[in-house]
Amino acid sequence: MGALSLLLLAVVIWSVGVGAMTIAVPDVITILLRQLGLSSQAVEPQQEAVLTVIRLPRVLLGVLIGAVLGVSGASLQGLFRNPLADPGLIGISSGASLFAVLTIMFQVKLAQRIPPQLGLYMLSIAAFAGATITTFLVYQLSRQGGKAVVSTMLLAGIAINALSGALTGLMTYLADDAQLRSITFWGLGSLGGATWETITVAAPFLLLPVLLLPRLGKGLNAFALGESQAGHLGVNATQLKRWVILLSTLGVGVAVAISGVIGFVGLVIPHLIRMMAGADHRRVLPASALLGAVILTLADLLSRTIVAPAELPIGIITAMLGTPLFLYILITSKSNGSV
Amino acid sequence: MLEARHITYQLGRKQLLTNVSLCARPGEFVAIAGANGAGKSTLLKTLSRELTPSSGQVLLDEKTLSSYTALDLARRRAVLAQQNPLAFPFQVHELVMMGRYPHFSGHPGPNDDAIAAYVQELTAINHLADRSVLTLSGGEQQRVYLAKVLAQLMTPDDLDGLSDAAPASRYLLLDEPTTGLDLYFQHSLLDLARHLTTRGYGVVAILHDLNLIMQYVDQVLLLKEGQQLALGTPASVLTPNAILDTFGLAVQVVDEPSLSYPIIIPDQQKATHFFPAQTA
Repeated sequence: MGALSLLLLAVVIWSVGVGAMTIAVPDVITILLRQLGLSSQAVEPQQEAVLTVIRLPRVLLGVLIGAVLGVSGASLQGLFRNPLADPGLIGISSGASLFAVLTIMFQVKLAQRIPPQLGLYMLSIAAFAGATITTFLVYQLSRQGGKAVVSTMLLAGIAINALSGALTGLMTYLADDAQLRSITFWGLGSLGGATWETITVAAPFLLLPVLLLPRLGKGLNAFALGESQAGHLGVNATQLKRWVILLSTLGVGVAVAISGVIGFVGLVIPHLIRMMAGADHRRVLPASALLGAVILTLADLLSRTIVAPAELPIGIITAMLGTPLFLYILITSKSNGSV
Repeated sequence: MLEARHITYQLGRKQLLTNVSLCARPGEFVAIAGANGAGKSTLLKTLSRELTPSSGQVLLDEKTLSSYTALDLARRRAVLAQQNPLAFPFQVHELVMMGRYPHFSGHPGPNDDAIAAYVQELTAINHLADRSVLTLSGGEQQRVYLAKVLAQLMTPDDLDGLSDAAPASRYLLLDEPTTGLDLYFQHSLLDLARHLTTRGYGVVAILHDLNLIMQYVDQVLLLKEGQQLALGTPASVLTPNAILDTFGLAVQVVDEPSLSYPIIIPDQQKATHFFPAQTA
């Protein structure tokens, strides 16, 4: 855990220095210390401006969103007792997308009447509502005799995903050019819109799951034995489910609202952690948050530098790197017999 | 005392249990026997509060089960389930420690570590501590889950084995505990259960082997189609007639002078099997 925290710190310091204007690592540290009021050493004002106004909010947002995706993915896998569960698979992302797109459609019409700050909140709140509704639907559909059945859940997830996909498509079809621009830009996933304002709006929603989900580690461990055995150990299954679903949908819903759909982080990161550190959720949850933050920060670094001065949407990068990695894990663990 | 009073359990239109009563006192080993689908597991689940009876009540020390919090109950009774579908590759020592979850928040204390080590020794799984549970054989897994269940109930007093203090009564519910165990471990498990009753534990176990019941338990309840056929000491309950009635199998109950308990042997001539004997 300590090593991962150090790695995260190193990655953050390195990646805020990389870009159209390169800032050397010592300068980055000096600027950061100045910002914290710990140093009064002189720095180049242009570098300081680029770093604090453009790079830092973006990198911090990447850290937060990566952490949320990692820890939510790990918690949902624990809750559904299935290493293949992921926020996208059970409809969180598609529900959030649908409602975000709906909000974009309405917002353009109501733009004059809504103050811009509220608009920013509205997109988050709508995405969260969409994520909650679809996840709740999938969860209820998968219940048989009071217990969520995993195979039904995946099928229900596919069905609900298809439906929200179709509705999102319908909205896209009905959208005018301005709306289409926002929808497309948003749908590909990007941290490009990050400002300090985005951070202040989103940070509470993103931090809450990152801080609270790891506290459910014991309950999720017991859940690995099945719902009834978790009950025998004194775990309140209903409350545990409620908290995991509430916190993951809150985090992922808001993350999707800000950055679009960033695939595979929530699925692959917990896998990697389990391979390195074992199955205990008390380790898997915080470690998934840290590694998720590291990976997303690096992916965003790639996204803004690989085709500079243009930007490659980050969702494309995580999926392109995540898919082969995921298949590799699948094949090796199949031959170990551990899936 | 763990007591079921006139339990009826209905699922849809099917009545799985009808007016069943059972009582396990501290220090008593009670077996539940009956044919497949007789309602044994359902009865055990009402005793553990996993199922709530449609009528009748289950009492733990004179208080209804529903009056206990989930955690209080977890410290007083533990359940060894018939199936253990583990979702992730936990290591043996991690799984055993899950039994201590009701006793600590955050990190396990020295007592928890000591008890976990003690039950791993009792169940002879010390050498497996760092293995993934999913890679173990069925019988080894069963011992790991047994260790977890023991860890859940034990108190530091159990470690020295000399405790005079009467701790709060604790109950071990075992659903077909001998499944998958080899001959040696079948007997060492029941011997262990027997030994725990001398420390004041109450044990309720679903058992299929009538000879094991004869040898180890104090009371046996015979169930047939959700109805209570008989309840009493094994020697008084397990008569050839009762066994024929419960299982549809003709048996002889043989007194063996060198043993303190009778032996039950299927009666070859009268046996009814899947293939009826050919008449020559």
